[in-house]
Amino acid sequence: MALVELRNVTKIYHLGGEEIRALDGVSLDIQAGEFISIIGPSGSGKSTLMHILGCLDSPTGGTIQLDGVMIQDASPRQLAAIRNRKIGFVFQFFNLLPKLNVLQNVELPMIYSGVSGKERRQRAMKALEAVDLSNRSKHRPSQLSGGQQQRVAIARALVNDPRIIFADEPTGNLDSHTGEAILALFRKLSTEGRTIVLVTHDPEIAAVTPRRIEIRDGKIADKVDERLAGLDRPLPTAPAAATV
Amino acid sequence: MSTPSGKLPNEALQQSSVNVWATVELGLNEIWAHKFRSLLTMLGIILGVSSLVAMSALVKGMEKGAKEALIAIGGLEEVRVEAQDLPIEEQNRKDQAVGITVNDVYALAANAPLVTRLSPEMRVPATISANGKTFRPFFCMGVWPVALEMNQHVIQYGRMFNEIDDEMARSVCVIGTEIRDQLWGSPEETGQDVIPLGRTIYINGLPFTIIGMFEHYESEQARKERELAQLEAQRNGGKKPTGPKRNRGWSGRDGGWVFWIKNATIYMPLNTAWMKFRAGVSRAAANNTGPGPGGATGDPRLSSLQVRIASVDLLGTALQQIRNVLMFTHQGLEDFAFRTQEDWAENINTFVHNARLSGGIIAGISLLVGGIGIMNIMLASISERVREIGIRKSIGATTIDIFVQILVESVVIALLGGLGGLVTSFLLVHLIASFSPTDNAPIITFTAMFVAFGFSALVGVLAGLFPAFKASRLNPIQALRYD
Repeated sequence: MALVELRNVTKIYHLGGEEIRALDGVSLDIQAGEFISIIGPSGSGKSTLMHILGCLDSPTGGTIQLDGVMIQDASPRQLAAIRNRKIGFVFQFFNLLPKLNVLQNVELPMIYSGVSGKERRQRAMKALEAVDLSNRSKHRPSQLSGGQQQRVAIARALVNDPRIIFADEPTGNLDSHTGEAILALFRKLSTEGRTIVLVTHDPEIAAVTPRRIEIRDGKIADKVDERLAGLDRPLPTAPAAATV
Repeated sequence: MSTPSGKLPNEALQQSSVNVWATVELGLNEIWAHKFRSLLTMLGIILGVSSLVAMSALVKGMEKGAKEALIAIGGLEEVRVEAQDLPIEEQNRKDQAVGITVNDVYALAANAPLVTRLSPEMRVPATISANGKTFRPFFCMGVWPVALEMNQHVIQYGRMFNEIDDEMARSVCVIGTEIRDQLWGSPEETGQDVIPLGRTIYINGLPFTIIGMFEHYESEQARKERELAQLEAQRNGGKKPTGPKRNRGWSGRDGGWVFWIKNATIYMPLNTAWMKFRAGVSRAAANNTGPGPGGATGDPRLSSLQVRIASVDLLGTALQQIRNVLMFTHQGLEDFAFRTQEDWAENINTFVHNARLSGGIIAGISLLVGGIGIMNIMLASISERVREIGIRKSIGATTIDIFVQILVESVVIALLGGLGGLVTSFLLVHLIASFSPTDNAPIITFTAMFVAFGFSALVGVLAGLFPAFKASRLNPIQALRYD
């Protein structure tokens, strides 16, 4: 079975009496180990989709199954526990806590899953090694470059060994060179068997992923816009490990 | 495997157990990151706690001083029987009102079992002189030797007169230290402790031999002050302290006058007073038109009669017994009255209660203001940390985790303020004691400290509840978008 199964998911907002269908009957399967990009212009509903997939939000209708569990009706507390253990987030603006050092930032998810202090430190250091930043563990986020901060954020997303990682415009705030390095890191993680979902509006980034899903007006577009999805470019050499 | 059961596995349901200490550490870091702001916030709690403790210490000090004074005059078991004007309907029998006499004392001793001690007093308005100086003592009276015990006197030098002195009506007397101080000079003035045993003193012109002297009575506070002054005098190489002389007389300070009165006392045997002066004056004596002192019976009239009863609990019963006996010996004339110290004790309690209440309310209000300060700062703090809260929620912090985090921060501020307040209270108490009009040193009690600290914790919790609730309800998506 698929790691994530969306069936007919809708999300409706009410803004000043007006009904906005941010998601309109989205059905989607994501297999374990897939490397996917969700693309679409701003306002298309891709952020809403990511929030629902990432258990930050609940759908108005439809069913979601994540790792064998139906979560559309889960309570906020249950969603928090799922976010903590099964999901890792990487954001455009890194979203590290400025008052904590790098190690403490990476340890943070484990604090909320009740991991003991010693094990926390070990696992955080391991995660930092994976992103090649173990020598910066005592630095504050403000003392790091943007690329380094994003790598810390990735380490934080990895540290609880999640089933799936969501990256929301992870390169949006980085120069192209650093952005490529981050994308290379995602590709590496993908080859290690991680399930990764990139949300972006940038065709160059979408071009990296073997599978692309385009959201348009709250629906999955039947045919991916080739230019938007970066299909007019040649695929990069790094292969996807998992079956598509 | 599709499980449309809609149920979540245990792993997901299991509540994440955040280490409490980690949360406290988080709170401390947050406080440390804004040192000055936190200090200002704590100030309210510091002032509240310290004023609560200091207020309670002051009241406790006054209460102790007042109780000491109460004990110095004999405690609650002592009842004074005094002569009193006849009620208006008995005024026609005024000539038969003899007042309290020695006969009454024997009658009470024989017939009132609840009375354990009887001490007749015959007060002599006296001017005493010796060593070329004159002084009017507060008390000059003829008593039985039992007066020593009744009035909590202690002989330091010489001896008390005994039953034989009384029987023989010897011209002997026992004096308080104030008499000595006035006639021969106090040790502070002369630099030596004059013990005037065997010297002659003139009471209303008649010579008496001093056979004993009481110890010097003073409140604990006065003793400490005196010892300190002595110590300082020694340190100054025996030089006399300069500056104005300390007022040793009617200072009008709390309770201090009780000790002064006790020191300005001179006792002689009852019979001596009767033989030499033929007089016991009483309040009612001035307008008594009946037979003179002693009357036709030759029964020595007393100024008053001190009575000790078996137990405070039996006060009412004992007073009734005494009344019955006296009504019989006085042929149905109620020309006497009882004075108990219950009124005084009650006054002390009322005063302490009122002082506690008003002080407590003021301190409570300042604690409340401190709490509002904490709430204010916590609200400001969470609105500048919306993003942080969003991040924490997105990586798995539950509503409860955020709630606890903010609440702990608030409580930590309050507890630190409480600790600071306890420290400050010591300084505050010293400051107040240095210029307060009371002679009684404030006493800081553990109860007061405990209560004040407990209240600061309570204020911290109450002040943190609303901000914590507000923070925990933040929507993570909106919080993450927040700039």
